[in-house]
Amino acid sequence: MLQLSKEDLVRAYTQMRTIRDFEERVHEEFAGGSIPGFVHLYAGEEASAVGVCMNLNDKDNIASTHRGHGHCIAKGCDVKGMMQEIYGRRGGLCGGKGGSMHIADLSKGMMGANGIVGGGPPLICGAALSAKTLGTGGVAVAFVGDGGSNQGTTLESYNLAKVWNLPAVFVVEDNGYAESTASSWSVGGSQIKRAEAFGMEGFEVDGHDFFAVYEAARDVIAKARDGGGPSLLHVRLNRYFGHFEGDAMTYRPDGEVDGLRQQRDSLAIFRQRVGETGLLDAAEMDEIDRSVAGLIDEAVGESVAAPPPTRDDLTTDVYVTY
Amino acid sequence: MAKKSFRQAINEALAMEMRRDPTVILMGEDVAGGMGAAGEDDAWGGPLGVTKGLMPEFGRDRVLDTPISESAFVGAAAGAAATGLRPVAELMFVDFMGVCLDQIFNQAGKFRYMFGGKAVTPMVVRTMYGAGFRAASQHSQCLYPVFTHMPGLKVAIPSSPYEAKGLLIQAIRDDDPVIFFEHKVMYDDEEEVPDEAYTIPFGEANLTREGDDVTIVAIGRMVQFANQVADKLEGEGIGCTVVDPRTTSPLDEDTILECVEDTGRLVIVDEASPRCNIATDISALVSERAFSALKAPIRMVTPPHTPVPFAAELEDLYIPGPEQIEEAVRSVMGAQA
Repeated sequence: MLQLSKEDLVRAYTQMRTIRDFEERVHEEFAGGSIPGFVHLYAGEEASAVGVCMNLNDKDNIASTHRGHGHCIAKGCDVKGMMQEIYGRRGGLCGGKGGSMHIADLSKGMMGANGIVGGGPPLICGAALSAKTLGTGGVAVAFVGDGGSNQGTTLESYNLAKVWNLPAVFVVEDNGYAESTASSWSVGGSQIKRAEAFGMEGFEVDGHDFFAVYEAARDVIAKARDGGGPSLLHVRLNRYFGHFEGDAMTYRPDGEVDGLRQQRDSLAIFRQRVGETGLLDAAEMDEIDRSVAGLIDEAVGESVAAPPPTRDDLTTDVYVTY
Repeated sequence: MAKKSFRQAINEALAMEMRRDPTVILMGEDVAGGMGAAGEDDAWGGPLGVTKGLMPEFGRDRVLDTPISESAFVGAAAGAAATGLRPVAELMFVDFMGVCLDQIFNQAGKFRYMFGGKAVTPMVVRTMYGAGFRAASQHSQCLYPVFTHMPGLKVAIPSSPYEAKGLLIQAIRDDDPVIFFEHKVMYDDEEEVPDEAYTIPFGEANLTREGDDVTIVAIGRMVQFANQVADKLEGEGIGCTVVDPRTTSPLDEDTILECVEDTGRLVIVDEASPRCNIATDISALVSERAFSALKAPIRMVTPPHTPVPFAAELEDLYIPGPEQIEEAVRSVMGAQA
């Protein structure tokens, strides 16, 4: 199991379980009408966010997508603060002003979920430039979907990161669908060849396998940190829910999600592989499950009860000074 | 006459024009949906189902799903328009204009002038705008003032299903690039809409209410609120004329000025951010050309100068509503006394 310590394995499993439970619960609460707006869930993709972010520290930055909850949790954002934000509460990570699509915690190196497809990669070039210029030793990682991989901003960022030799990594999370459109149709060429065309190394990764993601990310992040420039990971994975909550998913064949839940469940795969090593047994992971379930219950309970922003909050924080 | 929703009115306008003119094509992200996927074809018809059913009738050669690449497909619409097609591109949310604005204003909007009047660019960009959907800062803006500012573009902002059908058919038949704004909370609004095709000319304002005391100019969804206020205050003997400009470029300046000359008081209601918006533009127009007719200072009802907030409590405070319009009308009436 690589060189991962028991502590690392506990952390990885806890984060993946937290993401899964968080998203399953948000799905239920949204369906019940208590969460407003547009919500895009990450369930099914946990191994990608956690496998990448296990290699990062708070000095490293990530940029996320509209499907950002998993990246937030993997990067260390406070789960209760996230839930309050999704409920639009004053105590949310962004004071209730951002919502699901704009959760951020810059102190954790989480530069925001993003409502604009392809919005993140240029920002990550900037974060990587800061790290390089200021000598922080940090790296910057852009998560982008298969849909976002077709934006000009993303392709321009590949080039900029290469020509500036930035400590950047592009993680293309390919869940098979850009909204309702199949990535097998919408992506011309291949993600790896795109990377290579810009002079970067690119690697295909099984996004259901935490260990595969962890290992691939470890190598490209280490390379970036050592001044070796940018790389790309093409992570193939699946989402269990629709593009947004409320999406009837009629573009997916019947039974696809059920099959994925049974056969391509990153948490089940993790449990099986870790169990084989004896480093972490089923009872310990069951205990983590119970603890996470309690945390999510508390987060929802507190969010429901939490106060909304006030009239005065409407006009604050537009500028630093004005 | 049958009642139809705003959504149906748009869908019908597109379908009728596509039947009439084989050069009319649609393109955009998931305008049909399910492209390349194993499930249903026409899975979405756009995120809110506005273009549902068009792909089955017209085929994927005329209803083109695109990758998420706004610069490319909006630019392609401009290029296609300049070379013989009449494309209707869907920019899912107007907030995404930031991704593709160059293709709209530096390319499509300037072809005709820059090329000495030789280019014709009959493209329509349909786009969703407006707050009230809890969609947060990057999916809720108005932004029509930005396009109104840019010479070469026309800007239509329908205020009802009837208006939507007539203005969209006009937009498609128009030989200039048109940015067509659809308010996302209005898609289920219903009213009587004729089955046949009709056009509403650009630059001709509509008076939705007529009264002697105050002129209320309102944009898009705000027309509904202005009408509510006019109806309420009529009972108190305050007569309001409500002007729906329908298009902000071209703008029916004459009608606005005439109404202000008649009433002597002006309230402008604009959901766009308050600086350099349509309200300030009309205020400047009236200040310059009808100043002597004014019996009271002009009042502008707008949101505050902030991004659109997510939390419901804040978004409801943000959006201008009937209460603020009524207060503004009462204040300009009071200013006379």
